[in-house]
Amino acid sequence: MMNGRVSIRVEGLNFFYGKKQALFGVSMEIYRNQITALIGPSGCGKSTFLKVLNRMHELVPGARAEGRVMIEGADIYNNGVDVAQLRKNVGMVFQKANPFPKSIYDNVAFGPKLHGVRGARDLDAIVEDSLRRAGLFDEVKDRLREPALGLSGGQQQRLCIARALAVGPKILLLDEPASALDPIATAKLEELIQDLKSSYTIVIVTHNMQQAARCSDSTAFFYIGRLIEYDKTEAIFVTPAKKETEDYITGKFG
Amino acid sequence: MRRIDEDILEVRRLILKMGAMIEERLEMALGALVEKDERKAQMVIESDDKIDQLELEIDRISRNMIVLKQPAAKDLRFVFTAIKITTDLERIGDLLVNIGERVLEIVNEPPLKPYVDLPRMAEQVRKMIRRSLDAFFEGDAVLAQSVIADDQFVDDLNIQVFRELLTYMMEDPKNIRKALALSSIAKSLERVGDHTTNIAEMIVFMVQGKDIRHAPHEKGE
Ligand SMILES: Nc1ncnc2c1ncn2[C@@H]1O[C@H](COP(=O)(O)OP(=O)(O)O)[C@@H](O)[C@H]1O
Ligand SMILES: [Mg+2]
Repeated sequence: MMNGRVSIRVEGLNFFYGKKQALFGVSMEIYRNQITALIGPSGCGKSTFLKVLNRMHELVPGARAEGRVMIEGADIYNNGVDVAQLRKNVGMVFQKANPFPKSIYDNVAFGPKLHGVRGARDLDAIVEDSLRRAGLFDEVKDRLREPALGLSGGQQQRLCIARALAVGPKILLLDEPASALDPIATAKLEELIQDLKSSYTIVIVTHNMQQAARCSDSTAFFYIGRLIEYDKTEAIFVTPAKKETEDYITGKFG
Repeated sequence: MRRIDEDILEVRRLILKMGAMIEERLEMALGALVEKDERKAQMVIESDDKIDQLELEIDRISRNMIVLKQPAAKDLRFVFTAIKITTDLERIGDLLVNIGERVLEIVNEPPLKPYVDLPRMAEQVRKMIRRSLDAFFEGDAVLAQSVIADDQFVDDLNIQVFRELLTYMMEDPKNIRKALALSSIAKSLERVGDHTTNIAEMIVFMVQGKDIRHAPHEKGE
């Protein structure tokens, strides 16, 4: 069905918020240098799934994951795993752009500093490189010291991507990154994601099916906590195998 | 704005209408030949305009559906199939015009021989058209597959008709003009069969999501 080099392997994942189970026996392989879209009605567990991939859910009291998550060959729930290192490896960008109330430069330099980069020259280089990768450098190069909050919504979202890239991740998780953006900013973001896929594994949650169809290589359809169907994007949108998938993407429910 | 289901119903209705008109004209074209009815042949030619209008209307609705409703999965397969089916039906309409024109060329002359195989061919392709439209309406891939299988019979008849006409032409050069007109009619009917086969293949795709075109060894389930 699908091939490529496996970047993330999830096996038998169950997830609970206290007593409430949010994911049921999810198993899937996500491939390197591909864009994988997660779609499904809201509340079906897409964001929860993303959070499990970098242990972000551990910030939620009472939340608990069962099963195995292997990233680049290593089980991220092993005892010895350094969570800070994991999150450096697995960057995350959220629905609402959330730059720190600092300068553009400081936003991007924040992560590298945290991970011990000190030299001004090194930081300058990382900031420029990250902003370039995020397709933002030319737009902000003359005002790096100005507040990030002065940027437009689309620019703020790309700044958040630059901030995530600055610590050198292998994997980028995007949770509805374009949902607050206008069509032009959305198109830019989608183009950026395409440019990034040659260097990263990208997982994008989107409630916009056209967006999933446009940007992704593979698409996973979640429904009430279960992975219903996972295939090449073309197959999901043209010839889905499951009735639930078909109903969802033809707008019969959800 | 109309819902996508309503668009689909409308396109379905128009395609069935187009198909029914094609069937009717096919019968009329053969009637013109067998009954030596010049008026019928004329009607076959003139009524092609209605088919063209239907094609334009189906294309317009389908085009709008793609950009306005962004169909996916079975809805996408439906629209895609509808557009292709319509193209084939329109081509069949043109072939019927050709048949009408050939009939006009020979309608006022004594027939070369009693017509047996041409009406059989015409009846066979008419049934194929009917069954493919039923398959389209019912979403019946098995029925569509049977249409594809039946096209062989039409091809065989065409070859047989051509051989026979060839002997008439060799017998007497005066037969050549008439025989050529008749073989052209047979050829047109054979082409109608091919277009109907295309339609049936698209219906299999619409129903099962499986493209069976250009895969001679994998036709059928
Ligand atoms: N912090 C939380 N505490 C309790 N339940 C939660 C929490 N976050 C999400 N949920 C529940 O888990 C389910 C999946 O939510 P989520 O992963 O956010 O879905 P999606 O991203 O697909 O909209 C929902 O039923 C939601 O109410
Ligand atoms: Mg979510």
